[in-house]
This record gives sequence, C-alpha cells and structure tokens, in this order.
Amino acid sequence: MTIQAVPVPAPSTRRRARRIPVVPLLGGAALLAVLVCVVSGAALAPQDPTAQHPTLSVTGPGPGHPLGTDQLGRDVLSQLIAGARSAVIGPLAVAVGCVLIGVAAGMAAAYFGGVVDTVVNRFADLVYALPALLIAVVVVGVLGGGYWKTAAVLLVLTIPFEIRLCRSAAQVQVRQPYVDAARTLGLSPWRILFRHVLPNIVPTVLATFLLDFVGALISFAALSYLGLGVPAGTPDWGSMLAAGQQLITENPWLSIAPAVLIIITAASATLLGDWAHERLSRGGERA
Amino acid sequence: MPIVVFLLKRLFGVIVIVLVVSFLVFSLLALSPGSVVATLLGNRPSTPDLVAALKAKYHLNDPFLVQYWHWLVGVLHGDFGRSTQSGATVTSVIADHLPVTLEVAVYTLVLVVGIGIPAGMLAGIRWGSRFDKGVSALTVFGMSAPGFAVGIVLVYLLGVKVALFPVYGAGGSSPVDRIEHLTLPAIALAFGLIAIIVRQTRAATLNVMRQDYVTFARARGVSPTRILVRYALRNTALPIVTSAGLLLIVAISGAVLIETVFSLQGAGQLMVQSVTAKDVPVVQGLAIFIALFVVVVNLLVDAAALIIDPRTRVAARS
Repeated sequence: MTIQAVPVPAPSTRRRARRIPVVPLLGGAALLAVLVCVVSGAALAPQDPTAQHPTLSVTGPGPGHPLGTDQLGRDVLSQLIAGARSAVIGPLAVAVGCVLIGVAAGMAAAYFGGVVDTVVNRFADLVYALPALLIAVVVVGVLGGGYWKTAAVLLVLTIPFEIRLCRSAAQVQVRQPYVDAARTLGLSPWRILFRHVLPNIVPTVLATFLLDFVGALISFAALSYLGLGVPAGTPDWGSMLAAGQQLITENPWLSIAPAVLIIITAASATLLGDWAHERLSRGGERA
Repeated sequence: MPIVVFLLKRLFGVIVIVLVVSFLVFSLLALSPGSVVATLLGNRPSTPDLVAALKAKYHLNDPFLVQYWHWLVGVLHGDFGRSTQSGATVTSVIADHLPVTLEVAVYTLVLVVGIGIPAGMLAGIRWGSRFDKGVSALTVFGMSAPGFAVGIVLVYLLGVKVALFPVYGAGGSSPVDRIEHLTLPAIALAFGLIAIIVRQTRAATLNVMRQDYVTFARARGVSPTRILVRYALRNTALPIVTSAGLLLIVAISGAVLIETVFSLQGAGQLMVQSVTAKDVPVVQGLAIFIALFVVVVNLLVDAAALIIDPRTRVAARS
C-alpha cells in the first residue's frame, strides 16, 4: 500500500500537464477566428457588406446568404465579418493602453509609495464606487464623441482597476530580498522594476489584459447597441443587435448572430485569461 | 465609540464623493456642445421670456463656480430644473420612471439570492464534483456574457421560438401579467449577477469548510445540516454582503441596457433617452440620484459587515 501511495503525487501532476487543455484551446481557436476577421476585414466577407439589395429586404437564410439579409438587403454574414473590426480594435486598444500605463503606474505606486500611491488609490476608490458603463454612456452621449474618444473614456475608467491589481502584485515582489539585493548593487529603480519585478508579475498582467479586453468589448458593444460610439453606417456587432431586434421574427440571425459572437468572444477571452493565469502562476510557484 | 468614529469617517468620504460627482455632473451642462441656453431650451421655442427665465434660474451671467453653488443649493432642495423635452420637473420625470425599475430590481434580487447563494454553497461543499465543475463553467460564461446579448438570445428562444413569455413592455396592472412581462428582463439581468455571487459564495464556503473547527465539528458528530447552517452560512455571510456593492454597480449598468432591450419605461431607459435627446437636466438629476444610491448602499454594506462579523469591528477600531 505505502509503496503505491508514495509516488502518486509526482505522476499525477505530470499527467495533468500533458493532458490537452480542451476548453482553453477552443477559446483560443474562437479568438483566433475573430482576430482573422479583424485583420482581413471585409476582404474575407463572401459579399460586399455594404451592398444593398432592395429586393432582398429582411430574408431568412437562403442560397448566397447563409444568415439572410437585413432591412436594406445587405448580407448578414458579410456584415458580421466586417463588423469584427470595430467591435474588437477599440477594446484591444483600451486593453493595451491599460496595461502599458497600468503596469508602469502600479509598479511605481508599489515601489515608491507615498503621494503616487495615495493619488492612485483615491482615484480608484472613486471609479470603483460608480458604474463605469453608465459614466461612459453619459459622457459619450452628452458630450458627443467618435470611436477613439469612446476608447479614451473607457481607458480612463478602466485604468484604476489595472493599476490596483498591478500594484498589489508588485507590492508582494518589492518586499522580496532580491529587490533589496538589486538596490544594494546600485541599480536604478526603473531598471529594478522593469527588468526584475515585471517578469514576476507577468501572470497578473496577462490575466488583467484579457479582463480589460473583455470589459472594453462589452462596453463598446453596449454603447454601439445604444447608438453611441460607433458612427452610423459602420458595420458593427452592437449596432447590428439593435437593428436586428426589431426584425427578430423576420430574420432572427440578424440579432442572434452578433449576440452569440459577443458572448463567445468575451467568454473565450475570460477562459483563456483564467487558464493562462493559473498555468503561469503555478509554473512560477514550482520554479 | 471608535465604531461611531469609523462610520462618521466613511460618511465624510461619502459626502466628498457625492460633491465631486455633483461638480462633474454640473460641468456637463457647460461642456455639452452648443450654448448653455440652447441646451437648456431643448426643443422648446426660444422666446425672450423663457431665455431670460433660464438665465435667471441658472445664474448664467455669474462666474462658473457661483453658477455651481446656486445649482447645488437648488439640488439640495430637490430642484434639478425642468426636462428640456417635456418641461416637467426632473424629480417628477424620475419618479414616473422609478416603479418599473424597482420591480425589475426586486425580481432580480429574488432570483440572485434564491439561486446564486444555494448554488454557490453547494458547489463549495461538493468541491471538485461534477456539479461544482458545471457551476464554475457557467459562472465564467455568466461573468463574461453581457446581459443585453443574453437578453436578446432569451427574447428569441423563450419569446419568439417558444413564445413562453411576452418580450415587450412591462405589462398591465395585474400582478400576474406584470410578473410574466418582467420574467425575461429579470433573468437577463440576474444572469451576470448570479455568476458573481456564486463565485463569492463558493470561495467563501470552500474556505469555511477547510477550517479546523468544521473538521472538529464533523468529528464530534454534528449533523451536516447544522454545520451548514450554523457554521458555513453564518461565516459565508460576510463575503456575500460585502460583494453587494459590486453587484449593485453591475446591476445598474445592466439595467440601463436590459430596459432598452425589453422596452421597459424605467429609469435606465429614461437615462438613455435623455442622453440621446441631450436633455441635460434629467441626465444630471439621474446621475446624482444614482451616485447617491450607490454610495449609500456601500455605506450600509459597511455597517452590515460590522453587525454580522465581530472581527470587522476589531479591524475598524484599529
């Protein structure tokens, strides 16, 4: 019994590492497909997404139109593919901006403390206490704003979360002896932060990047569903939802397909973030 | 006494936040495109009398900070001005739209507490089981799927395909009709919230069930029901209550969209309509109202935490 029981832990972890992670793979594949649509844009679409066919107004799935047409006779599938660009690029920009600024500010707050730390924390408190999406609706709606202004508003509203998460991850690191050692060697604070602390908080950064992306994706879709943020006439998942809702009995795909796409993209990014965070932080513990 | 000091400090924080928000909200008027008078007139005809009245009411000839002060004094007296669309007072417009929102909110709360907490506790107790894995997978879905997208899928599946529930409006005055109409909106809104509360409850239960005192109670032969209610439920209450603030914020953002999806004439729909119509006084009133609501709920959550868990009282004292 004991001979069998003792070696159990080692092979079981090895087996777990070798097992194919089906769910994250599916999520990754879905995200990759969306990214292909983003890069190719309308080029991949089977038809011109803006071409109108008045005789084919709101038809269900049929030959040449696998998901049917909208009110102006435009092909739904082509619009979905072309709409990936405005649905994903803005959120990606928000997430990238968040990580770039959030990591630098979060690490600085953890390392230097003092005024930087207090200012960052009070701003985070304020944003935590208010519904960010609603602020975006008010600001973009009342003050007006194009696509990139919307992205800027969402960036400002998301950054406090990113800074806080990076700050708490970095705080654990800056107390470690290796940071003291680096300081003793006379390395500059920024060199310590970016060369030595940053690699240790990568799991957090990666997970927050995907979380920021999901949050911004949903916010962008919500705003364009309400008719804000994305200029009229641009194919976009959110505005397709709004247009398709009135025609849900004639061609349900017009609203269901973008809704499902938004859900799948967001869920895939969340799953991938969870998985990557777990993998990377577990790897860090082992090393 | 230190607890009173703690609560007073938090109250002071609340006042500061509301003041900051009110200043930002007031700035909307000056920042919105076009002249302030044009914004305040909205679609009403521009008569010299009306313009003069608006200038006098908003003190438009005074410096910005003086204007803010007069506006703030008015707000403290419940005067947010008049809607530029209907000409009715902002408070009456908001009051007209609140009932539907509150009905959906209560319905959603029942779903969230009735489904979320039991599911989370069960998943936490049967950690690693098939039920736990299924629930955890669903929460990832619920946390990332936006309510309005879920709402539209529900409209199609349960409203059009199976025609189980009505998909438009809030229904008549009879309670049965009302509940029938508000079921889909409440489910759509509850979807994401249940995911959050399941995660919190599951983590809290998991934590409690691993404590030595639970093992000891089991070893003593205390019945599983008693362990569940007296040990687990009581100790998981704190993290659940403290997550209420987060839930509220998600719920408010969600309600705005859900009301649009289901054409409910609630406060969220009012917000969207006022924003689209650039009806700034109504937007200001709603924004202040929501900010006040959120910070007051957060304050109550803090106070509730002090009541539920003696340990937080010790933390508040230091």
